[in-house]
Amino acid sequence: MFLVPDIVVRFFHRMASPPHYYALTQRLMPWLVTVFVLLTLAGLYGGLYLAPADYQQGDSYRIIYIHVPAAWMSLFIYMVMAIAGAIGLIWRIKLAEVVAISSAPIGASFTFIALFTGSLWGKPMWGTWWVWDARLTSELILLFLYLGVIGLYGAIDDKKIASKAVAILALVGVVNIPIIHYSVEWWNTLHQGPTVTKMDKPSIHVSMLIPLLLMALSFKSYYLIALMQRSRIELLKRERNSQWVKTMILEADK
Amino acid sequence: MKPARKQRLILISLMVIGVAIATGFALKSFNENLMYFFSTTDVVAGKAPKDSLFRLGGMVIKGSVERPGDGMMVRFKLTDFSKEVTVEYTGILPDLFREGQGIVAHGKLNAQGVFIAEEVLAKHDENYMPPEVKASLKTKSLSEKGQ
Repeated sequence: MFLVPDIVVRFFHRMASPPHYYALTQRLMPWLVTVFVLLTLAGLYGGLYLAPADYQQGDSYRIIYIHVPAAWMSLFIYMVMAIAGAIGLIWRIKLAEVVAISSAPIGASFTFIALFTGSLWGKPMWGTWWVWDARLTSELILLFLYLGVIGLYGAIDDKKIASKAVAILALVGVVNIPIIHYSVEWWNTLHQGPTVTKMDKPSIHVSMLIPLLLMALSFKSYYLIALMQRSRIELLKRERNSQWVKTMILEADK
Repeated sequence: MKPARKQRLILISLMVIGVAIATGFALKSFNENLMYFFSTTDVVAGKAPKDSLFRLGGMVIKGSVERPGDGMMVRFKLTDFSKEVTVEYTGILPDLFREGQGIVAHGKLNAQGVFIAEEVLAKHDENYMPPEVKASLKTKSLSEKGQ
């Protein structure tokens, strides 16, 4: 199980070294921003202009181009945060701790967007802003978990201890992720069942599906951009006394 | 892998598994409370509360919607494709309320077994398609029925 080829191990060790990560993310950034802008423009054009209106909801359904990718990201980022936290706990890799805590505010924002846009859509379609059904409630708990992670990290001064505490909280909260995903199947909920991730063919017309997937990729690339920016700042803060930061700043001053 | 790391890995895995099992039991015991609504079969079988408010979900049977008075009162039948319950509601229905669509009503049963709703919410299904596709699906299923 732990027989990982040497080259892979070396790759991860190199990736996990802060100066290397700092330089690499700087080089990747313009490419990522380009990809993000292109995907977002294509996704929005496809979703808001090219895609036809829905047979039941008319144009109101177009909120899925924000709501669904944001909800997917809220789960995805939580998993990244928890796994990075676990790696930080087990292997004591500083970069993993930084990635975990940098993900939290981004995940919290996506969760908030998913809840907010869902509420806007719910009022005209269901007839209510909010109901306490299993899907909506578990997604709200996810938002509180993110806020708890951010709060806990801020409350502890020693950032090494803070990272450990946050990782444990994030790992305990992982149990909520399958609950959110399967809530619409396990219990009667007002929220509809899954459309795209159903095991048989998705019950969404292909002209509506393609912009949705483009938007999902666009949100993913936005997450990468935001994560890199946040983690770079967090790294600089933590490593402010180390040699590579001093050298870098001295060189920038010249 | 170094022993210390292995130990931490095992500890963390045990913690996650433990939390998952605990949550599993908790959810199992609260299963009934987590149901947002009762199905029409539950109501006919007498599982729903008799004197208190509860939610009832089901599909509006095609052709069952009628307005007996000249007021805002609507009467329709809900089904889960096995049992039916009659619902009466006075008020404005949501946009997505249609015959053949799922809804969730909040209210209570009267002595005759009719569900008097105070609030009606539309439950959207997970299908998205353009109107033309829907129309062609309809004609297709009609022609299949005709054969």
